[in-house]
Amino acid sequence: MIEIQHISKSFGDKKILKDISGTFEKGKPNLIIGASGTGKSVLLKCIVELVKPDEGYVFFDRRNFTEANRNEKIEIRREIGMLFQGGALFDSKTVEENVRFPLDMLAVMPKDEKQDRVNLVLNRVGLKGANKKMPSELSGGMRKRVGIARAIVNNPKYLFCDEPNSGLDPQTSILIDELIQVLTSDYDTTTIVVTHDMNSVMGIGDNIMFLYQGEKLWEGGKDDITHSGVKELDDFVFANKVMIAMRGKTA
Amino acid sequence: MKEIGKYFIFLGYLFTNRESFKTHYSLVLDECVRIGVNSIFLFVLVSTFIGAVSTVQTAFNLVAPYIPKYVISQVVREMTVLELAPTVMAIVYAGKVGSSMSGNLGTMRITEQIDALEVMGINSINYLVLPKIVASILMYPLLVIVSGVCALMGGYLVGVVTGILAPTEYIYGIRYLFNPFTITFALIKAVTFGFLVASISSYKGYYTEGGALEVGISSTKAVTTSVIAILLADYLLAQLLLSPA
Repeated sequence: MIEIQHISKSFGDKKILKDISGTFEKGKPNLIIGASGTGKSVLLKCIVELVKPDEGYVFFDRRNFTEANRNEKIEIRREIGMLFQGGALFDSKTVEENVRFPLDMLAVMPKDEKQDRVNLVLNRVGLKGANKKMPSELSGGMRKRVGIARAIVNNPKYLFCDEPNSGLDPQTSILIDELIQVLTSDYDTTTIVVTHDMNSVMGIGDNIMFLYQGEKLWEGGKDDITHSGVKELDDFVFANKVMIAMRGKTA
Repeated sequence: MKEIGKYFIFLGYLFTNRESFKTHYSLVLDECVRIGVNSIFLFVLVSTFIGAVSTVQTAFNLVAPYIPKYVISQVVREMTVLELAPTVMAIVYAGKVGSSMSGNLGTMRITEQIDALEVMGINSINYLVLPKIVASILMYPLLVIVSGVCALMGGYLVGVVTGILAPTEYIYGIRYLFNPFTITFALIKAVTFGFLVASISSYKGYYTEGGALEVGISSTKAVTTSVIAILLADYLLAQLLLSPA
């Protein structure tokens, strides 16, 4: 479980995050949603301290990450897997080397075991046999899947996904969402997904946090999202024609 | 001042939370190939021509009949060892290797590859930058030696082929009143410049913000700042090590 308390962040005069608190449960995907520029990715980066929050605290299973010393932070970070928006694959390494990288750097295990583990996770994300490909040879969806494979290869306790569906076709998006959901439940990770894709929200949104202009306006599940009573959330949800049609049917 | 402070903090991070020697060993070797082997052709070409041109221009300026011809190669030697090979080639080095280092790290930054390392709990400065600096400190002095030899060879070829001076005169001039400390001085400069180019370029690339345009800007800034640092360090080292007082 990850808990955030009163997170605030400004860049210059612009306040990006305003006093955000919340809890992200273990074993199910937790979604942070909102329109572009509302601070979703910044919040995610504040949680892992890629961006240092101005105020507030982050707790990983009751361990205070914000006030931890450098070595303690490194220990916690080694329990984290993260999928970045563009995949963030190392250009000079093959798919296999990319996926094996966390094991090479952080794990102590025999070479054969590492190779088995790499093959297992590549198989898991549907990329069996792509071991020797270079990132430049991969499609957007494949890059994301390699990113996921790299994120989970070390059996992380916490999985973060920043816009896993951006730039993908609807079919691949659904596959990626399903993969995140299955991996979260199978590995019992605390997963946080940042997205503005309503298909993801309706597909895997068990626990959703809605941000609007840097503020948390609503929190709940996908079943409640269509009748939240929050105008800004309604505007966000029903900007999509499919959702408008769905609202018509529900009504 | 803030920037200089940030640069020194950046250098401090090189040695915290270090990766294993084995990891660094292979990274340093890769960087040595990228920095050294891939730069040899350019260094040979530039320094050979600089040596050749220095010979022709020195001969052009030494018109008095009472000055022996071997002075030409003596002047070329001093210029090459003291300034052309370590300093002028450092500017070429900053343009080729420095901009490449900065561009490489800048691209890694904007494509979140550096963030990916940090999230894994890896000190990205130690992992990415330290091998570049070590490789640069190792390889640049070697490139300076190659450069010096090529410049003297270029001078020899042009001097002999165009009849400016005889081979024996050239060799005599090269050896005449040779002070071996000048080689030590050149190598001290080479180590210093190798460090400056790699660390400044890496710093500029590592802290790139934005997109492709900013990567280009960082590379340009890396070269400009490296050149200024080289020239300042060149003066300081000359003052410290060659000053008669």
